Amino acid sequence: MERAEYLLPLSRPKVGVQGVTGSWRIRKPTINYVKCIGCGLCWLYCPDSVIDIEDVGSRFRVSIDYTYCKGCGICASVCPVKAIEMVKEV
Amino acid sequence: MPLTIRDLPKEKYVLPGNAACPGCPEAMGLRYVGMALGSKAILVIPAGCTSIIQGLMPGSGLSFPIVNVAFSSADAVASGVAVAKELIAEESVVVVWAGDGATADIGFATLSGAAERNDNIIHICVDNEAYMNTGIQRSSLTPLGAWTTTTWRGKTEPKKNMPLIMISHGVPYVATASVAYPMDFIEKLRKAASIKGFKYIHLHAPCPVGWRFDPSETVEIARLAIETGMWVLMEAENGKIRISPPSKPYIDKNRRKPLKEYLERQGRFRDVSNELIKELEKEVDEYWELLIRLSSQ
Repeated sequence: MERAEYLLPLSRPKVGVQGVTGSWRIRKPTINYVKCIGCGLCWLYCPDSVIDIEDVGSRFRVSIDYTYCKGCGICASVCPVKAIEMVKEV
Repeated sequence: MPLTIRDLPKEKYVLPGNAACPGCPEAMGLRYVGMALGSKAILVIPAGCTSIIQGLMPGSGLSFPIVNVAFSSADAVASGVAVAKELIAEESVVVVWAGDGATADIGFATLSGAAERNDNIIHICVDNEAYMNTGIQRSSLTPLGAWTTTTWRGKTEPKKNMPLIMISHGVPYVATASVAYPMDFIEKLRKAASIKGFKYIHLHAPCPVGWRFDPSETVEIARLAIETGMWVLMEAENGKIRISPPSKPYIDKNRRKPLKEYLERQGRFRDVSNELIKELEKEVDEYWELLIRLSSQ
């Protein structure tokens, strides 16, 4: 196996291959859990897989991984109840 | 029964911290490929934005098995991979994930060849309507009037109609999809995976960098393309064209939004004249009429 790795330019899946992409962010998505209805649409549309959903019965509990979130704001734009607000980073 | 978010697998095939731009439609599309096909998918990727998203060796931002190949050879390589997998009797779905350049321009020869041989692969064209990876140069899938770095005053030629070209090849399955309608795309991918032979899916992917809009609007712009009728979701099984549910309301011309709404949201159409908008509207109407005629046969 090691020999093959040496001969072929093989890449292995790695989280954070481009470094801590959270540093690219200029606007930070913040979830208002009072408004959130747990539909999971933000998870569905997030291009970077940084939104995680956990099934809690009838709805999803949503959380964002800010280490890698690039702050594009798609989650805020697709949220049907506008529970995600884009807050300017310092 | 329609798909719901609960039915979709939660494994990550596009890993956090990849090299995609914020708001990238290709990363979104790749996630849907992962949700639809899971670990059975083998991707063949020619040069393009996706090779950038993967990041630098020895790491990869995508957790699919991937073969990176030269620009024009993607479908030929995929045909070989599919045959090899069949020989060792391993179940897999070989997917060519190519941009519009690697589909309609540079890679068209091998694409057409694989379609003609009816090789058992899925070709997905991620259509962001220009060569975004190298700096927004025009491709044959750039629409009429769009600004790119090589068409400063707007493109003077209309967009090539790839889905109809592929239907003309007589392949078993051709479909169009959009990143704004993931469930539709996932269902089409699963259907394509169940069919033997050559499958072609054309995915409309609005690029915030090249189309000049805010990264947060990727989904809205993609949805507007459907609502204005500029992009039509349809599928053709054995040449029989059917308009897909998200596009069905827009068969009626009066229910389509004015094209201007779609164009004015994008900086690349900033300089289009009213005559050109009329010409684009005419193009859209004519395409719809053709599709309606073909689908009613």
